[in-house]
Amino acid sequence: MIKIAEEPMMNAQIPDGPIESKWANHKSNIKLVSPANKRKYTVIVVGTGLAGGAAAASLGELGYNVLNFCIQDTPRRAHSVAAQGGINAAKNYQNDGDSVWRLFYDTVKGGDFRAREANVYRLAELSANIIDQCAAQGVPFAREYGGTLANRSFGGAQVSRTFYARGQTGQQLLLGCYSSLMRQVDAGTVKLFPRREMLDLVVIDGRARGIVCRNLISGAIESYAADAVVLATGGYATAFFLSTNAVNSNATAIWRCHKKGALFANPCYTQIHPTCIPLAGESQSKLTLMSESLRNDGRVWVPKAKGDKRPPSQIPENERDYYLERIYPAFGNLVPRDIASRAAKRMCDSGHGVGNTGYAVYLDFADAIKRLGVDTVRDRYGNLFDMYDEITGESPYQLPMRIYPAPHYTMGGLWVDYNLMSTIPGLHVLGEANFSDHGANRLGASALMQGLADGYFVIPYTLGHYLADSKVLSAKVTTDHPAFKEAVSAVTEQTRRLVGASGKHTVREYHWKLGRILWDHVGMGRNAKGLEQAMSDIRALRDEFWKDVHVGGSDQDFNKNLEFAGRVADFMELGELMAQDAWHRNESCGGHFREEYQTPEGEAKRDDQNFCYVGAWQWSGNPSEPVLHKEELEFDYVHLAQRSYK
Amino acid sequence: MKVKIKVWRQAGPNEKGAFKTYDVDGILPEMSLLETLDVLNEQLTKAGEEPVAFDSDCREGICGACGLMVNGMAHGPRRKCTSCELRMRHFGEGAMITVEPFRARAFPVIKDLVVDRSAFDRIIAAGGYTSVNAGSAPDANSILIPKDKAEKAMDSAACIGCGACVAACPNASASLFVGAKITQFSLLPQGQAERDRRALRMVAQMDEEGFGNCSNHAECEAACPKGISISNIANMRREYMHAGRVYEEHAGGGGAG
Ligand SMILES: Cc1cc2nc3c(=O)[nH]c(=O)nc-3n(C[C@H](O)[C@H](O)[C@H](O)COP(=O)(O)OP(=O)(O)OC[C@H]3O[C@@H](n4cnc5c(N)ncnc54)[C@H](O)[C@@H]3O)c2cc1C
Ligand code: FES
Repeated sequence: MIKIAEEPMMNAQIPDGPIESKWANHKSNIKLVSPANKRKYTVIVVGTGLAGGAAAASLGELGYNVLNFCIQDTPRRAHSVAAQGGINAAKNYQNDGDSVWRLFYDTVKGGDFRAREANVYRLAELSANIIDQCAAQGVPFAREYGGTLANRSFGGAQVSRTFYARGQTGQQLLLGCYSSLMRQVDAGTVKLFPRREMLDLVVIDGRARGIVCRNLISGAIESYAADAVVLATGGYATAFFLSTNAVNSNATAIWRCHKKGALFANPCYTQIHPTCIPLAGESQSKLTLMSESLRNDGRVWVPKAKGDKRPPSQIPENERDYYLERIYPAFGNLVPRDIASRAAKRMCDSGHGVGNTGYAVYLDFADAIKRLGVDTVRDRYGNLFDMYDEITGESPYQLPMRIYPAPHYTMGGLWVDYNLMSTIPGLHVLGEANFSDHGANRLGASALMQGLADGYFVIPYTLGHYLADSKVLSAKVTTDHPAFKEAVSAVTEQTRRLVGASGKHTVREYHWKLGRILWDHVGMGRNAKGLEQAMSDIRALRDEFWKDVHVGGSDQDFNKNLEFAGRVADFMELGELMAQDAWHRNESCGGHFREEYQTPEGEAKRDDQNFCYVGAWQWSGNPSEPVLHKEELEFDYVHLAQRSYK
Repeated sequence: MKVKIKVWRQAGPNEKGAFKTYDVDGILPEMSLLETLDVLNEQLTKAGEEPVAFDSDCREGICGACGLMVNGMAHGPRRKCTSCELRMRHFGEGAMITVEPFRARAFPVIKDLVVDRSAFDRIIAAGGYTSVNAGSAPDANSILIPKDKAEKAMDSAACIGCGACVAACPNASASLFVGAKITQFSLLPQGQAERDRRALRMVAQMDEEGFGNCSNHAECEAACPKGISISNIANMRREYMHAGRVYEEHAGGGGAG
């Protein structure tokens, strides 16, 4: 069972002063590394997504000696590439009342008051610089005829602050970031290590001093030493097996750091995205997202009558329930994701769902096409419509889309302080991998913003501060240090054990089963009994995995089964922690919905008296006995209130 | 559905490869080709055989990781469709589907269907960027870009770096890939400062990597899953010729102090 640490609350190192000047003051007080000394420091950056790519490029520009790792064959394929809809920034280019304050307010409220105010404010402040930086890189953002940047709206906001590049915003931002990165590769400040999977962190004298990874082509176990490690390895939604994330997305890097002492915060805060293409069959490998931007013009509805099997065109207007518009008139189809997802689940659970399985709702563009014309609609969403058509064989220009919620994003991750440093000195965590600025629910178009803020504008300052402040770093370590040897032999042993396992079931079968457990009990609706069931089921599945998995092939070769086996082994432990965290948090907030704690209208009911904290878990050596630490959350600027989108 | 998959098996870069044919059953029309390969791999793993190695990640046509020759065509028979998006409903019951890696001198095979496309990274490193350090950018709206220019730049920027253009080209030329990047920047004010240097360096790197020359077969455009137009190649040539006339590389001065 879980234990609660006796120590005082955790200290997030939040600078003093009013919220508007915390970051500016902090930057003025921060220690600096002189230009001549920067190249003497080696920094490992794991990950080449928006967070890692931006960090590696920016640290390279400053003159650090950067080693940058990723799983894919090239940095440009990091999962960030798949982001579709857009990126928020408080530019107020639309003159519609936006401001840093409002973005800050919307994000704190959207996160259901479970984020750290100081971090969120800094994020809102930096948002404008991101757009400037990306535009200067040549990112082809959407424009108005006059040549200025265009905006669209996303959920949870009443202003239009989302910048976009067709339905490929993540791709274009990542390519901008990748181009800056490759410029540093050319300049010799960044060295790339693609097709490497980090499998362990090396800690020496209490500080992060290197990593051990597997070369995914040759199978060699390699060691790299550094003065600091920056982790930007993305989220863990693939724990659910079926999710909108890329199939190689994983929790291995953060989980292995967790096992080396980094606390894991809010693992149960996962985001189930409301608009994804529904599941078609058991061999499906992933679920495809249909961007939230579609809710700008698409209307969500189900038939008013239960079990109505008529085709949508034969259901007259007065027999349709546009339930989001009905229940949340102020935000309508643009309510935050957690709210839209649960509403869809409620509709389907109560028999109003559509499609073969009854687990889908309609997202209808007929009115938008009437109002705007096909051309405008194609201009805005053409590539998403094509993608939907390619997958389902149905054209959204003619028929409403069928959509259903799917695991999409994880707000939880490694705990970091204001400087983005984990509880292991020298280990910094950026992007989706950290527990982030999104509280219990992330608003659309805010992940790209956070990843780039962390990478371009936060870590270049705070990493320098750490290096300048850490006298011990003058003692350089090399990979000959016994700690590296130890890590290498532990990794080698696990790899050999997996590759030698000759049971009956494939890795994929275990992953699928784990995903089922998490989806059923740690998904959109959770309750104490189900969570207890999940914990015991996961424990049993984990035991079975180690006894009965079959991996095959060689560890000295390109071996996808082996890669996945290591990731699934980690998900089996993390999955239990997700359930434990959800079980201990006796309240509902954002994406964490405990059925026992809801308002009469079925909305999330927080318990600020008892749960206004970040739950940060410590590894105890036994996955079933984690230790809980708490960081108290204070809301001095946005006052605690029930979230309302009516 | 039941299909036959005839697939290229090659144990390593220096090994000899050969086709092998497998029967795969229980395929649904809405499954993708890669999901069919997943099913095949489960089957092989259970039988104690080596699964077929192939690259993939996003599985929705945007990361560019997957790249297969399907029935002799880069990414298969569908226009503007990546291998991971290709659905089985486009093949009939009992169909024989031939799957090979992208072949080109500059893309050596690593294993089975996995190839090394790092040449593309080196081409981008040679000049596919604007030199702007984090923190030094002006307000985004201070650079006005006409909508049509921005849209055209976006058309070129849509490249996913999969390499289908190279695989489809009889000369294994990378001109569409390189042309698209050069064109994106040539259309934008942000790209002007380094316009000439970029064209010269990227083209030089492309040649060094061992890609062939473009002789206007236009197979690249037909194979490109993002529909990138061959006019990007014409533009690359213009940029390159112009740059060759006007650009002189200066050695960086050390300064006096
Ligand atoms: C389909 C989809 C659409 C989205 N749309 C939007 C949107 O419109 N707006 C928005 O704001 N957000 C969106 N998001 C969320 C957003 O894309 C992600 O949260 C964000 O891009 C994560 O960036 P990152 O840099 O933290 O990690 P990633 O981009 O996931 O990068 C992770 C990096 O770490 C590397 N890595 C991972 N593990 C290891 C390891 N063990 N060893 C070595 N390297 C490793 C990977 O190779 C990769 O380079 C979307 C997400 C999805 C799935
Ligand atoms: S797997 Fe990403 S494009 Fe096919």
